Amino acid sequence: MHPIAEKYLRKSALPMIFCPGCGHGTVLNAFLRAVDDLGIIDDLSLVGGIGCSSWAPVFVNTDVLHTLHGRALAVATGLKLAQPRRHVVVFTGDGDCIGIGGNHFMHAARRNIDLTVILLDNNIYGMTGGQVSPSTPMQATTQTSPHGNPDPPMDASTVAIACGATYVARWTSAHPLGIKKAVKQAITHKGFSLVHTLSQCPTQAGRYIHGTPRADDLLEYYKAKAVTRKKARKLAEDELSERIVIGTLHQSDQRPELCESIAAMHTSLKG
Amino acid sequence: MKTEEVIIVQGNEACVRGTLAAGCRFFAGYPITPASEIAELMSLRLPKVQGTFMQMEDEIASISAIIGATWGGLKSCTATSGPGFSLMQEGIGYAVVTETPCVIINVMRGGPSTGQPTLSAQQDVMQAKHGSHGDYEIIALCPSSVQECFELTVKAFNLAEKFRVPVTILSDEIVGHTREKLIVPAEVDVRERQHPKGPPDQYLPYAADSSGLLDGMPTFGQGYNLLIDGQLHYEDGNRAGHDPIASGKLMKRLCRKITRHAEELVDVDCAYLDDAETVVLAYGSVARSALSATKMARAAGLKVGFIKLKIIWPFPDEFIKDAIKNAHTIIVPEMNIGRIVHEMERLTHDGQQIRSASKLGGNIHTPQEILAEIKN
Repeated sequence: MHPIAEKYLRKSALPMIFCPGCGHGTVLNAFLRAVDDLGIIDDLSLVGGIGCSSWAPVFVNTDVLHTLHGRALAVATGLKLAQPRRHVVVFTGDGDCIGIGGNHFMHAARRNIDLTVILLDNNIYGMTGGQVSPSTPMQATTQTSPHGNPDPPMDASTVAIACGATYVARWTSAHPLGIKKAVKQAITHKGFSLVHTLSQCPTQAGRYIHGTPRADDLLEYYKAKAVTRKKARKLAEDELSERIVIGTLHQSDQRPELCESIAAMHTSLKG
Repeated sequence: MKTEEVIIVQGNEACVRGTLAAGCRFFAGYPITPASEIAELMSLRLPKVQGTFMQMEDEIASISAIIGATWGGLKSCTATSGPGFSLMQEGIGYAVVTETPCVIINVMRGGPSTGQPTLSAQQDVMQAKHGSHGDYEIIALCPSSVQECFELTVKAFNLAEKFRVPVTILSDEIVGHTREKLIVPAEVDVRERQHPKGPPDQYLPYAADSSGLLDGMPTFGQGYNLLIDGQLHYEDGNRAGHDPIASGKLMKRLCRKITRHAEELVDVDCAYLDDAETVVLAYGSVARSALSATKMARAAGLKVGFIKLKIIWPFPDEFIKDAIKNAHTIIVPEMNIGRIVHEMERLTHDGQQIRSASKLGGNIHTPQEILAEIKN
């Protein structure tokens, strides 16, 4: 077994449930390398919701809460407030985070609580067989949009920034080094951090939306669509709307972090 | 050195004092009539003892946050009423399956739906048992006075720790908002969180003893590498939903760990039962009118006994069956359509008559009304 896998995986949970060619494995790989670089495995708690995304933490040999659909951020909030010195990383998906979990996502960002959220966005509900999600493009054909999706998509990064997140980065599974770098920045950052990763689902989104079941085709698609912020500034609006802007989208240290605010309250009330 | 305190407070405040006395250091809740005072008082008092109060964005977030905080090592609690209790059901089920100790206070009000926000009811008694999907068992305690709000809340935390289960306090608007004397003892019997005895590398989070109970309650960050999952699981926490044998085994243990301790959990007050021909059985605020009615009946020479349930679930079957065995009539006054009366029907024999004295609308039974039912 690869040394990273040997050191960090929960062997009793294997084999992984991800389909062959799923991007989530790449994101998990990048995450574990980031954890390794930072040396934080003994101070790390992981939380997942429900969905393919949310299975990632299960395969990591640390303290893990595999919670309810959409509720990972609320559970993680309680966990973080009880143990503010531990790093808490949440794995979630487009349905889990901005569908059912949308309310908790908004408020966790608003609170700027020191959590790192890794959002594995494959534009579909994969675990249940390929239904439309809040990030599925319009006109896309899915299991619940057989006549084409009439419902416009939402961008999680935009919502996170609007609600008060203080570190937001977007990458794709075709950019594993970018993901690793962003995860390290996100975990190190004191505040609500979002690493929004587009991650290919060859089985559902690939077949229904992109017309290919091949992971390599989908990775090429991501590489072609991705554009850095610098290059994006030179693009016309209609061209930009077709692209995926990658890199650090937002970073701020101007907002108070929730655990610190509560700690300050405790200090002022002591004695 | 703490001394006994005698104060006059409302039931909701007594619950708060019980929560703090039991060592709760995390509360997450959402405003809702008639429970909001609990959140307000927690927001004031918890930080003063270095505890954390969070008003979450909704009740689903509240039950979720208290579960997270529990695994982070804190005793945790939330408070709500009917509509919020409904929202919390999925989370309660998660706490059941993951065996997460926590306390949920439901200050019952008229339902269903928005119902009667400011009037009392006892309509959630069955929801406390069956509100979440799937088969499971929980513990639900029912205070009828300010003193019991304090004592049963402390007890709820202790039971949650021992049985690794969410415990519901079924209060109601009348009990919650009535102001009366509370004796806060100098010392309170608190069951501290017990760490697992075995070494972390051999620890199986869901390996139970012969009575179905687990080895302590671990906390994240102690080297256990816990996998806590809402899917039915093996003893090591890994998923077993696809495995009928393992799944059936876990479900049975989760249910039996409560039902097989029903006798130990009995918490029932009885009065005047020795020669009673008629028994009035009540719980919550209605028990107060029921006791008055019983005393009035006795003063009039009627052989009436009184039973007050302080635990509703698991229902104290054997105790009640024995307590009523010599009575020929059992009257169950409730502020709902008649729920616990059907539990009683299970426990009575052929010679006994069970009568529901159900009262809907939000007015509590008067002692006279119950007396009229007794004399009927």
